[in-house]
Amino acid sequence: MDFQIFHRILSLQQRYAQILDSNDISGWPELFTEQCAYKLQSRENFDAGHALCILNLESRAMLRDRVYGVVNTIFHDPYSQRHICGAPIVTLREDGGYDAESSYVVIRTQRDNMPHIVSVGRYLDRIVSHQGLLLFQQRSAIFDNDLLPNSVIKPI
Amino acid sequence: MTETPLQFHSPKTITPAWGDAPTSRAPGWVYTNEALYQREMEQLFYKGHWCYVGLECEIPRAGDYKRTQIGERSVVMVRERGRPGQPDTIHVLENRCAHRGVAFVRERSGNTRSFVCPYHQWTYKLNGDLVGLTFRNGVEQVQTDGSKIKQGGMGEDFQLCDHGLTKLKVARRGGVVFASFDHDVESFEDYLGPDVLMYFDRVFHKPLKVLGINRQRIPANWKLMQENIKDPYHPGLLHTWFVTFGLWRADQKSQMVMDAQHRHACMVSRKNDGSAGAVTQGVTSFKENMALQDDRVLDVVPEAWWQTAGSTEPAPTVVMMTIFPSLIIQQQVNSLSTRHIQPVEPGVFDFVWTHFGFEDDSEDMTRRRLRQANLFGPAGYVSADDGEVIEFVQQAYAANQQARTVSEMDGREVKNTDHNVTETLIRGMYRYWREKMAV
Repeated sequence: MDFQIFHRILSLQQRYAQILDSNDISGWPELFTEQCAYKLQSRENFDAGHALCILNLESRAMLRDRVYGVVNTIFHDPYSQRHICGAPIVTLREDGGYDAESSYVVIRTQRDNMPHIVSVGRYLDRIVSHQGLLLFQQRSAIFDNDLLPNSVIKPI
Repeated sequence: MTETPLQFHSPKTITPAWGDAPTSRAPGWVYTNEALYQREMEQLFYKGHWCYVGLECEIPRAGDYKRTQIGERSVVMVRERGRPGQPDTIHVLENRCAHRGVAFVRERSGNTRSFVCPYHQWTYKLNGDLVGLTFRNGVEQVQTDGSKIKQGGMGEDFQLCDHGLTKLKVARRGGVVFASFDHDVESFEDYLGPDVLMYFDRVFHKPLKVLGINRQRIPANWKLMQENIKDPYHPGLLHTWFVTFGLWRADQKSQMVMDAQHRHACMVSRKNDGSAGAVTQGVTSFKENMALQDDRVLDVVPEAWWQTAGSTEPAPTVVMMTIFPSLIIQQQVNSLSTRHIQPVEPGVFDFVWTHFGFEDDSEDMTRRRLRQANLFGPAGYVSADDGEVIEFVQQAYAANQQARTVSEMDGREVKNTDHNVTETLIRGMYRYWREKMAV
């Protein structure tokens, strides 16, 4: 694997985490291609071959709708989140794109609570080059903690 | 000088009295009191009631099992092949070895020919009968003089048939499995009563297909989730999506239907176009100009079974059922789920969602149900609000257990209504609860 490519993929993934951990998540959909898939799915369903996710978004427009929901419509306790992401294993695909797998932990800190883990698992990515930019065509976050601590509001 | 008697019970373990307040004014301690919670497990979850276990299609083959919970107790639902020409039997067994109490089934599901406890290898058939145990007849030792003696073994009066797993009474209807530790419980049909049973059968009318399971741990008392789905007053207010897209709001043609004892309920309604009107005036969650950039999550296609037999009303687009004490059944347009309430402690329960469709669904319909699932579940555009808000209710009543609710929208009466601006179903549940719990 060309280190330049590896570095660009790593940068895309770190940028993703930085946006979702910031106070303005509106840039999140822009890291995806227009036709894309974002899934937040339990390992239990993934392993059983069940299609159900807790979030299953099928286009950049649907991702923008989620951002609107997080900011404007879903009533929830305010919190900050922090992604800790491992380095990816990257493989080149025959169609010129890349598959990547990496581990993550996301920690949620509410106003009057100690930090706690909201999601721990792995990302399964399909990354493509679009007009010179690397973007996610697919990103699935498969979480080990099937039993979730109440609600999940922001994307992982 | 008189001595103060020693206090062996903290105030948390003594059940306080409801007093003269009406049933519409529940005190905070109904959500927090440990002794009361233990009595709920005994009186509501383990005696006289049917609790949800799962769907038959989760265990399609002989030997398939699923581990789940009734109240706090671990149970296993397992399918045993019928004798030739006979249908399969579904057993529900307590996951507790009769010998030393090990909850020996650890995986959530699997397939097996028998259950073997790892601790001392007591072995059970799929119907829960004990078939054997190691060293039942002792261990033979050869003495130095060549004679044999028996060491150990169970006593003469030990009978395998006295030491099976606890077997629950099982009810199956429309592919759904319920069970009860209480073998004297009334029939499932009598338990639901004819009005609620009609809505139950409306959903469970043909073979089902599981789409997946989502789980969340909610830091709130289990009754708060029952109350949330017995409260048609909140959806058009808390949930922006419901009021803005017309899925549930106060100007809809609705019916609130209870069984004769007011423990179960159905909230029945019909969607409308979601335009501004009298019921959106001053409703801060209503967003008139909100439009989805990709509205496929709201691609609703009516299904023939939505219409209820003999009704002249338009077909309901939503029926939310509460089956006391353990289950919620959701039909919200094309999204279907069972939501299983599993109490953990007075202030915590696990909420397990099984989304399903029908075996004969087209691929398009399956995709539609999965898309609409974005509204319902731990991250749902609608349901995430509920998990959050009942957590805050719990926090407040844990801090002030003498404070009381005021569930008096539409008065203090308990009655079926033909509108949704009411808290009558919550009052109905507490009337029943006080009677069963002697509070």
